[in-house]
Amino acid sequence: MTALTTSAARRRPAARRNVGPQIFLALLVIYFLIPLWWMVINSSKSAAGLFGGTGAMWFARDIDYLGNLQDLFTYDGGIYLHWLGNSALYAIAGGVGSTVIAVLAGYGFAKFAFRGRNLSFALLLGSVMVPLTALVIPTFILFANLHLTDTIWAVILPSLLNPFGVYLMRVYAGDAVSDELLDAARVDGAGEVRTFLQVALPLMRPAVVTVLLLSMVATWNNFFLPLAMLSDNGLFPVTVGLGLWQSLASANNGGGHSLWSLIVIGSLVSIIPLVIAFLSLQRYWQGGLSIGSLK
Amino acid sequence: MTSASAIATSRSRRASRPPLSAGQRAAQRRKAFTGWMFIAPFGVVFLLFLVAPLLYAFGLSLFTKGLATGTQFAWFANYAAAFTDPSFLRGVVFVVTFSLVLIPIQMFLSLAIALVLDAVTTRFARFSRLVIFLPYAIPAVIGAIMWGFLYSPTFGPLGQVFGLFGGHAPFLLDGDHVFGGLINVVTWQWAGYYMIIIYAALQGIDPTIYEAAKIDGAGPLQVAFRIKVPLVTNALLLILVFALIGTLQFFTEPAVLRPVSNGGITADFTPNLYSYTTAFSYAQFNYASAISFALGIVVFVCVYVFLFITRKRGSFLS
Repeated sequence: MTALTTSAARRRPAARRNVGPQIFLALLVIYFLIPLWWMVINSSKSAAGLFGGTGAMWFARDIDYLGNLQDLFTYDGGIYLHWLGNSALYAIAGGVGSTVIAVLAGYGFAKFAFRGRNLSFALLLGSVMVPLTALVIPTFILFANLHLTDTIWAVILPSLLNPFGVYLMRVYAGDAVSDELLDAARVDGAGEVRTFLQVALPLMRPAVVTVLLLSMVATWNNFFLPLAMLSDNGLFPVTVGLGLWQSLASANNGGGHSLWSLIVIGSLVSIIPLVIAFLSLQRYWQGGLSIGSLK
Repeated sequence: MTSASAIATSRSRRASRPPLSAGQRAAQRRKAFTGWMFIAPFGVVFLLFLVAPLLYAFGLSLFTKGLATGTQFAWFANYAAAFTDPSFLRGVVFVVTFSLVLIPIQMFLSLAIALVLDAVTTRFARFSRLVIFLPYAIPAVIGAIMWGFLYSPTFGPLGQVFGLFGGHAPFLLDGDHVFGGLINVVTWQWAGYYMIIIYAALQGIDPTIYEAAKIDGAGPLQVAFRIKVPLVTNALLLILVFALIGTLQFFTEPAVLRPVSNGGITADFTPNLYSYTTAFSYAQFNYASAISFALGIVVFVCVYVFLFITRKRGSFLS
């Protein structure tokens, strides 16, 4: 009884002290949710409801998610589904590929002494500073000469470059993988490949998940690279596809009404996979994101 | 003479370190080889998709192409043209001004949120952390499209709010307001990501420091500003550099919002947009390469000036 009252008495001032910060957070939550709220509400509207409806932040009279979804997936021979598939392909191929490369290189830099290591790593750090979008047009010109533009490789291959991922993996492998453990495995007769796969890799798992998630998101969200590289709209990822619809819809004001409602529900559908991925993997990336900043 | 000194140095080196047997030396060589093998795939990607495009485009940028004259080697004529081209210079001034306004706002906001989330541990605070981070998972294209709708004076919420009072909403993408309108879009998109990085760094601080500070009579605000902020300086510098590099290359949001901006966003609004237009609308690839390179030079200079100013506090590169 006494224990209960004292703990309640102790809790109350603490709770009161938190009121100010919590109001601050509540205002921010509202601000950050406004566009998402708008998108969820307006995905239910027809073009007429979108432009003439009662209010932008609330449902129109008829709520028609299913009808809009059906429109979205059947418009132009179901091209939206193609775009989603392309995005998934680019994100998985680019994300997995660049992560594998970054893990190998990070481990190599962290655990092997050799001549030229410091110079190569300094070059790599310098390249983190190279503006990657300034590379897009040069890469486009190079690929055009090799007849590689307008193919899936034009998006996947440049996405394999992830110097910051290598930097994160080196920092993490340096801390998490001990030399003694590696030497013990070698003394026991494990080859270098086996030592890496069975001893080092499991220890690096949190950083691997983080780098994988970050590079998949970067590829999924990429706009400039596929926009420059691709002109066949059957190869577009969903970001470039929605951008195309947006410019088509604004080019013929009035005539393009049906596209506007497709853009809204198309945006909503396209963010669902990433939102789910982030929410379900949060315990990995929240820890992993601190790797680069603590050093 | 030289061989004698070489022997002397090699002898002195041997004196400090025990001589390696042939087997040890072979093991060392094998280890170096294995190290290179692990790095090789990245090395290939680095050469093919970073070094090669850079060299090739640099080569292209040294030529000019005219209808009458054909393609001619012109040394740095394209760069001279770029750095005196009002379109390019206006774009550079815009992105630099934009960075100077945007980055302090973003940093202040994300630091404030991270400090609050580090101090308040209620369930609502955990929920807020996820919501504030959520825009990072949303492609910039879609963020821009959504804000474009919200800004619309005829059917967006702003128009309806102003309509209640009989007024007209400002259009946040026209020439007078586009700066603020874009600041809002980018802050919404990135503040949560920066917040999470600072928050992760705050969580890494050893909590016994706070106990010691409390015993010394420090209040929560003093703990926040005297202990927490200085200890996450590295995280702050890291995201400052990233924000600077990203903002100077500003492309996606203006590119997506251009069609709905009624002329508020022009084709030369940012250097990257200008380079894109030059390459794909006018097919002037030589000049577009020069603009890309010139932008790269601007980014390099800005980042190194920044790292130089902050060098005393240490940076993630050192």
